[in-house]
Amino acid sequence: MSDLHSNTVAFVAGSQIPPSPPPAKDRGAVKWLRENMFSSVANGILTVIAALVIITAVPAILQWAFIDAVWSAGSLSECREIAAANGVEGAFACWAVINERFNQFLFGFYPNELLWRPVLAFVLMFVAMAPVLFRSLPKPMLWFSAAYPFLAYFLIWGGLGLEPVESSKIGGFLLALIIGVTGIVASLPFGVLLALGRKSDLFFIKTICVVFIEFIRGVPLITLLFVASSVLNYFFPPGTALDLILRVVIMATLFSSAYMAEVIRGGLAALPQGQYEAADSLGLDYWKSMRLIILPQALKISIPGIVNTFIGLFKDTTLVSVIGLLDPVGMITPIRADSNWNGLVWEFYVFVALFFFAFCFCMSRYSMYLEKKLKTDNH
Amino acid sequence: MKLNNLIGAAAAAVALSAGASAAATLDDVKAKGFLSCGVATGVAGFEFTDANGEWAGFDVAVCRAVAAAVFGDPKAVKFTPTTAKTRFTALASGEIDMLSRVTTWTFSRDVDLKFEFAGVNYYDGQGFLVPSALGVTSAKELDGATVCIQTGTTTELNLADYFRVNGMSYEPVPVETNAEAQQKYLAGACDVYTTDSSALAASRSTFETPKDHIILPEIISKEPLGPVVRHGDSEWGDVVRWSLNVLMIAEELGVTKDNVAEMAKGTDNPEINRMLGSEGEYGAMLGLPADFAVHVISAEGNYGEIFAKYLGTDTAVGLERGLNALWTQGGLQYSPPFR
Repeated sequence: MSDLHSNTVAFVAGSQIPPSPPPAKDRGAVKWLRENMFSSVANGILTVIAALVIITAVPAILQWAFIDAVWSAGSLSECREIAAANGVEGAFACWAVINERFNQFLFGFYPNELLWRPVLAFVLMFVAMAPVLFRSLPKPMLWFSAAYPFLAYFLIWGGLGLEPVESSKIGGFLLALIIGVTGIVASLPFGVLLALGRKSDLFFIKTICVVFIEFIRGVPLITLLFVASSVLNYFFPPGTALDLILRVVIMATLFSSAYMAEVIRGGLAALPQGQYEAADSLGLDYWKSMRLIILPQALKISIPGIVNTFIGLFKDTTLVSVIGLLDPVGMITPIRADSNWNGLVWEFYVFVALFFFAFCFCMSRYSMYLEKKLKTDNH
Repeated sequence: MKLNNLIGAAAAAVALSAGASAAATLDDVKAKGFLSCGVATGVAGFEFTDANGEWAGFDVAVCRAVAAAVFGDPKAVKFTPTTAKTRFTALASGEIDMLSRVTTWTFSRDVDLKFEFAGVNYYDGQGFLVPSALGVTSAKELDGATVCIQTGTTTELNLADYFRVNGMSYEPVPVETNAEAQQKYLAGACDVYTTDSSALAASRSTFETPKDHIILPEIISKEPLGPVVRHGDSEWGDVVRWSLNVLMIAEELGVTKDNVAEMAKGTDNPEINRMLGSEGEYGAMLGLPADFAVHVISAEGNYGEIFAKYLGTDTAVGLERGLNALWTQGGLQYSPPFR
């Protein structure tokens, strides 16, 4: 400070005033509430209604699912006795049934002493998926990914020295994963080929692809499943028909391939014509231009649609319960028919729903990660 | 019970034109080493899976009896769960060798769908379940009631007939499965739940207070349930029919799971001796071992023992024998003699 001001200014601040906090209504929880919950009268009313719903529902659900729940018992009546002894009034969850039938929900009737095989196949599935999902991993791991489908088949069904397990023993989430994962993995390449075929200049290929896609898309999945379970049998002599699970996997793959083809065709159509011309002008042949220029961009655009189809297919696997396959949803019926557990409903469906949610949520998170990673534009 | 004539008829037509219905099922079964038996995906008391993942139940016991007759091993069965929609095509196409799945014997299934019912293992009938608080004691008092009913079943048609004949009206509440029906009924969405009375009893036994619900005395339909095989292979039909008959004759003659081994050595009763193979060559006539009946009875006991194990008053399902008592005890179960 110089002397210059000493006579001209009555007071000079010796130090900076500490910044005062923003007004109460513009900070902390109050600000957040004002901005997010009560930004207008209509929003305020909605917030109050939502809060009331949550306040009434959540404690009741927690009470049902955790506080009053019975975790181990031999039957529903035992559950009720335990709950009554604990002084529980009204509804409560009897998780004991999930506890007792956990293996049936996971593996169907897979022999107990061989359970390590599907578990190992499940763990190896992540090893096989890793190099495909995350590019940073070493390339040679892809060889393992390519071999994985055969390895998984060998582990689950046995043969070549491993004790064979027949398909009727396979059920539960194991079955849902077999159908879902195979359909997902196989439908992408098929979908790409069909999409390219549909845009092809070759009349014959184009016609086949269009007819296939339009036929499969025009038919409900459940119809295809009935065809797989019933009609196909008539074309084979009794006893030699393909395994029912295999037939269903083929149908599910065909179904999702057709949808996948249309999703990818959308991506191809979204690319500017200039990209195609640029590839041609570089002198690349058809396959090279597709592989190096067109598809990487088209697939990137299609990611949300592709993952959408994946999730849809995975959830559609529950439809196989209609043809008598015991997927997690189908498994509920024979377990309920056991007089020990007849009368329970919600516990089964909540458990199955949680499982499907976990898988579908992971898929959707991965797709968001991928979109972010592949984002090359400047927006 | 559930009916899907259209699908079944189409399936049967295709089966005939394709010539898929194979003769000599018994030889095929012996060759592959196990019996393929179609069961339901789950009906209380009749078919369910136990904690070990094994199929069990009243219908399952028939499958096991047939497997025991053919192989001497009640475990030599591969169970194929079928739904009401897939059961007939599965049988017609040869995917399963027999169907033992709460299937009602009707004219059209027997004649039009080209199947053969190998007997009746349970005489059922459609009944009504109501809360006792409703104050109703007869189905004739149900005018104007809301009724939970499974869609696409013969029970739906029976209900419509019954109310029309008695000049009453009702409001249907369609449900898809027994589980859904129980929920709706308990939540008060309908006054009455109607389906086969065995299923009603099984449902009621699971309620928290079964005493607050009554099954009305009226039974409005005949539902004879039994094992089914394909037309055109009478030898195989005989194997299934006589495996079932053996269970009933065994009860009639007092042959049980525990004493069958003893009796197989020979008794004073010639019919028991013929059945258990110590006299005559009756097994060979079926293409089975002479002592096939011994295996059938050792599997899960005679008809009465199986009934008591899965459906009887000591079980949670808690059904009286009723129509299913032997003819000697006022019921309908009557097997032709083993002669």
